[in-house]
Amino acid sequence: MCLAIPGKIIAITEQLDETFRKGKVSFGGILKEVSLYMVPEAIVGDYVLVHVGVAINIVDEEEAKLTFSYLKSMGEVEELNTPDSIKNNS
Amino acid sequence: MKFLSEYRDPELVKEYIQELHRITTKNWTLMEICGGQTHSLVKNGILDMLPEKITMVHGPGCPVCVTSVSVIDEAVWLAEQPNHILCSFGDMLRVPGSKKSLLEAKAAGADVRILYSPLEAVELAKQNPNKEVIFFAVGFETTAPANALSVVHAAQQNLLNYSILASHVLVPPAMEAILSDEANVIDAFLAAGHVCTIMGLEEYYPVAEKYKIPIVVTGFEPVDLLQGILMAVNQLEKEEYKVENQYSRAVLREGNKMAKDTIQKVFSISDRVWRGIGSIPQSGFEVNERYKLYNARLKFHIDIPFAEENKECISGDIMKGLKKPKQCPNFGSKCKPEHPLGAPMVSSEGACAAYYHYSSDTIAQ
Ligand code: SF4
Repeated sequence: MCLAIPGKIIAITEQLDETFRKGKVSFGGILKEVSLYMVPEAIVGDYVLVHVGVAINIVDEEEAKLTFSYLKSMGEVEELNTPDSIKNNS
Repeated sequence: MKFLSEYRDPELVKEYIQELHRITTKNWTLMEICGGQTHSLVKNGILDMLPEKITMVHGPGCPVCVTSVSVIDEAVWLAEQPNHILCSFGDMLRVPGSKKSLLEAKAAGADVRILYSPLEAVELAKQNPNKEVIFFAVGFETTAPANALSVVHAAQQNLLNYSILASHVLVPPAMEAILSDEANVIDAFLAAGHVCTIMGLEEYYPVAEKYKIPIVVTGFEPVDLLQGILMAVNQLEKEEYKVENQYSRAVLREGNKMAKDTIQKVFSISDRVWRGIGSIPQSGFEVNERYKLYNARLKFHIDIPFAEENKECISGDIMKGLKKPKQCPNFGSKCKPEHPLGAPMVSSEGACAAYYHYSSDTIAQ
């Protein structure tokens, strides 16, 4: 649970105000709703490091892809498929 | 051992290993802080490639491993109250409390849910206005912003049926506790990359200075770890002690300001009992006065007796780098991932579980 996993922002889904933003992030095809609160400057198309549902940093695309494929090969992206996770209504 | 070609950059791996063999003249003991790093070192067979003079010991950076028995008991108690939903990261469920684990509480009928994110717990609270939803907020600095944000979100939406049981731990005070232990054997630290993505480097300078010890902020992939080890050994051989950043592609010197602000907004620094190590002053986060309505400890007046640790588990010595998992008499016999005696056998980021699953010498045992 300590790793941050890189993914690509494919849409902004909710914007309550300037800071409370959520986005849809694709982790090699697995889609998750992610809070963009900590990365106010991130835009659609950016790659972000995501830890437990919150983007904590913007990262370089090339780097993000390499890291993701490493994590996947190591079986470290399982947590994205957490069993009880509630369905997002959006 | 793995084939070199399986690594992301086999040439670089080879180069770092050769360079390490070339520069190492003395015996050095390095500690990696983060459980993710431990996992990667063991799983990728890196320990077998290092020069014999370099010993890696595995630090306390696995939140599952350091959450005290008493806090597990608190979580179990919260889960067992009527109308409560206790939410947690999956890794925490099998950690033994003094009487039972969350998994056993769940099996006995308590509503315990495994979630990917604390923000999902806020959603759950919204969907279940007649229930109390509590998130078991464990983790290091990496996880603190997300847990804090869940409280900010809940407060903003006026959700009064959401709260968190905070068991946050902080890296620098743990480093100091290890370094000031009389039996300390550590010559250099690999600091945890993602912790520093949040916090930056500032808080490590005084530690490096005070204990004259190299600290290299390091990522978790094989090339990162080897480069981090190389940078640390380089400093040691030259008798230097600096804070260096191997993981600059994810770590800025100042960290993430928004994340640090969010932590500050919701948490205050508190003492914390670390499983296996004991109480370390000013080594954790607790929900602050301003957000006390969201502090499950206060809200539900939790008052359960302090529980002793299982004396058979030597996880404290392991996390201080004094012993290796297989030196524990229970390793692989009384203590296995299916029947863990101690927390480091539960999470894959725990040193005991990592050795149990991947280490070639334990498999050969
Ligand atoms: S092998 Fe089990 S009992 Fe021994 S230190 Fe590790 S977790 Fe504790």
